Amino acid sequence: MDFVGIVESINAKFGKDFASIDEEVSEETVRITPEQWGQLAPFLREEPELFFDAMMCITGIDEGEDSENLAVVYNLHSMKHNHKLEVYVSTLKNDPKVPSVEQIWRIADWFEREVFDMYGIEFDGHRDLRRILLPSDWEGFPLRKDYEFPETWHGIVVNKMKEGWE
Amino acid sequence: MVDYFLEIFSGIPFLAFSPNLSFVLAATLAGLPLFLFMAVNALVAVYAERKVSAFMQDRLGPMGQGVGLHAGKWGILQTAADAVKLMTKEDIIPATADRKLFVMAPFILFIGSFLAFAALPFNEHVVAADFNIGLFYILAMGSVGVIGIILAGYSSNNKWSLYGAMRSAAQIVGYEIPAGLSLLTVIMLSGSLAFKDIVAAQTGTTLAVLPNWFIFDNPFTFVAFWLFFIAGLAEVNRTPFDLPEAESELVAGFHTEYSGMRWSFFFLTEYANMFIVAGVASLVFLGGWLSPIPGYFQGNLWGIFWFMSKASFLIFVMMWFRWTFPRLRTDQLMRLCWKFFLPASFVTIIGVGFWDLLLR
Amino acid sequence: MGIAVEKELGAFRGEEMVLNIGPQHPSTHGVLRLKVHTDGEIITKIIPYIGYLHRCFEKHCENLTYEQAIPFTDRCDYIGSMNNNFGYAVAVEQLMEIKVPEKVEFMRVIVAEMNRISSHLLALGTFGLDVGAFTPFLYCFRDRERILDLFEMLCGARLLYNYIWVGGVSHDFPVGWVEKTYDFLDYFEPKINEYNELLTYNKIFIERSADIGVIPSDIAVSYGVTGPNLRGSGIRWDLRKDDPYSIYDRFDFDIPIGTGAMGSVGDCWDRYYVRVRELEECIKIIRQALDGMPRDGDVHATLPKKIRPKSGHVYSRTESPRGDLGYYIVSDGSDIPSRLKLRSPAFTALSCLDEIARGWMISDVIAILGSLDIVLGEIDR
Repeated sequence: MDFVGIVESINAKFGKDFASIDEEVSEETVRITPEQWGQLAPFLREEPELFFDAMMCITGIDEGEDSENLAVVYNLHSMKHNHKLEVYVSTLKNDPKVPSVEQIWRIADWFEREVFDMYGIEFDGHRDLRRILLPSDWEGFPLRKDYEFPETWHGIVVNKMKEGWE
Repeated sequence: MVDYFLEIFSGIPFLAFSPNLSFVLAATLAGLPLFLFMAVNALVAVYAERKVSAFMQDRLGPMGQGVGLHAGKWGILQTAADAVKLMTKEDIIPATADRKLFVMAPFILFIGSFLAFAALPFNEHVVAADFNIGLFYILAMGSVGVIGIILAGYSSNNKWSLYGAMRSAAQIVGYEIPAGLSLLTVIMLSGSLAFKDIVAAQTGTTLAVLPNWFIFDNPFTFVAFWLFFIAGLAEVNRTPFDLPEAESELVAGFHTEYSGMRWSFFFLTEYANMFIVAGVASLVFLGGWLSPIPGYFQGNLWGIFWFMSKASFLIFVMMWFRWTFPRLRTDQLMRLCWKFFLPASFVTIIGVGFWDLLLR
Repeated sequence: MGIAVEKELGAFRGEEMVLNIGPQHPSTHGVLRLKVHTDGEIITKIIPYIGYLHRCFEKHCENLTYEQAIPFTDRCDYIGSMNNNFGYAVAVEQLMEIKVPEKVEFMRVIVAEMNRISSHLLALGTFGLDVGAFTPFLYCFRDRERILDLFEMLCGARLLYNYIWVGGVSHDFPVGWVEKTYDFLDYFEPKINEYNELLTYNKIFIERSADIGVIPSDIAVSYGVTGPNLRGSGIRWDLRKDDPYSIYDRFDFDIPIGTGAMGSVGDCWDRYYVRVRELEECIKIIRQALDGMPRDGDVHATLPKKIRPKSGHVYSRTESPRGDLGYYIVSDGSDIPSRLKLRSPAFTALSCLDEIARGWMISDVIAILGSLDIVLGEIDR
């Protein structure tokens, strides 16, 4: 099924304009809100025509210092029908919450933990949301654009960039 | 040899009056060359292992340019350098380890091996302690080492060492049974537990061409030889049965926490045990100090030569196995022991009995 | 699955022991910590702790230009660096809509497949080492040395190449390189039989790896396991054939899958055997590529002067020796990426360890970890 067909299929189930195509991101991205994602995810997995049984990647994105949004991008793929979909879910920086899909696609377990680790986005319903790459007592969320590097960590001084380096 | 020394001492007036002192002196004098032999055996075996493994793995191993340069010609001085290093290393005992047991464990292991060595004859006349139950004695002394291993693993206060020690204990205790039972076939054929008699029963030829060794005697003893050899490998903790010291899983198993001289005791004992297994196999199945061409190349020195070369060949085969096979998992190892080797050794005993009965 | 998962022992139930495998351990393929809950020798739970090798690759890339990011991608999966570079170049070229010349395409395929051979050799060797076979490890490394020598002749580096650039490659093949590669392939093909005799069909090795660590195919897909691990579970999925990039659709090669020949489908032996078979397929591809490569052409012809893609997102994936390597790049129109995410195949392979290792023994965990072929550099980035 091509992209237009997938979007029509989604909109047929959930109502017109449920999923808006976001051409700014790319030609094949669907933009939805976090609440909609909670409903859409099981549908994408179980609907026989779509059957997205493989989640390829989950990426966290900081939309920029002048925006007040963080985003999570889900790249889905169906091994059976060999079609793809990209879902872009925006959430607010000061209260980032997205429903978790780790029970639907088990790959999301670690990927969502990584997004939480780097951006601080909380995934509702994740059974074991804790830091994965950074030490468990790290403060702050590094991949955010407004992240400030700590001065010291456990007494070790974190070297700032030296003068004269770009 | 002890008897030999006792004879000499009985001629010395001072010593003849104190039999205890003369016995202790005789035993010490007999034990010294034995200890030296164990040490030299470890040195040579380590060098041989490194070279054998290197050539099998398509590399060269320790190499040098000449005596005194680097590691000696062909790397001969490498082991000497290693020995010096081990002796000068810092003696580390983990703070939470059980000190007394930690210190005692390598000695217990060594004592077991040394005691077994005492009964191993190199020749009709060259043997430290001439027992008439030599074979039985060696089997018994082989079990003493298990205590050392368990103590080593337990006292290290390290979960991994404990795992290694438990595995090793289960393995050694289990594989002693097929080892002993397969030796029973030979004892049946020769009618005696003394090494002298067992080797004497292998003189002459069989089938006019082959030497009359027990391995060629009948197909059941052939199988018994392999059973004993492989069970012996398990006794010594060599690959494919080296799970207790499996490098890639338990770092170093029961001797993880040992360093320096203490560790070298474990090492020495392992090579001594290898020699014991190879020595017993060659005495009992391969004719010991008898020459492979019956009638020629006999004599005292030739005897020592034949015994050493047969034992060395078997040690080479052990090393060959180590560098060829992956290792068995513990439960597979134990299953092999109890479900295959044990019935097989029973079958060999019954088979040898019937063969002897019906065909002689 | 496993030997004894639920045992009703009642009063005889032993205490659960908690053990640490790693971070320093001869067999964890890097710095990985596994917290293992065991009942005797049988595993009840494994919790992997990663992050010991985290070098902030993604944060770095937000301060580097697109060209400067290429050596950083090398260092993620340091065993298959060519493939990392390849994936990145394909992603950025998709964003910029660059088409590279034929010769460059062939060159990229040749070096990527040679890197795949060297990566699989390392995987096979270390798996053998984990189960106790010391010698195949050295044989694999002996042959890997030859590949590394060829790469050194090509671009000067043995492990981290920085070779495949956006829009081209960094150096043309030196004089004599193609002949040496043909010689290597002729030398290497019979060696695969040697490995099979020594390790693959060895009874002890089969006992150690068959029927162990089975990944059922639906669990594999759900956990996002890809590459030889997925193919070992019987699913015929290879990005080079099913979602082709570069010129892979022009080559004729098979996709080996696991068939449960020695045990169940999806066990360690299957994954191992898929890698062995893939060595043969790589040789086929390299031969076809060397035969078909145009001999002259400028490899720097389409190198853009300044990499400044238009703004947008792209997700592109390529087949690395470990599986599906994905790059998600967000560009805001400048010459520095706004977000660069590397989707690592070993990350997903490691995440399913708890599920597949329950009920097995500690020795089996080492074997399963070896068969998954993880590289911590890629997992932690």
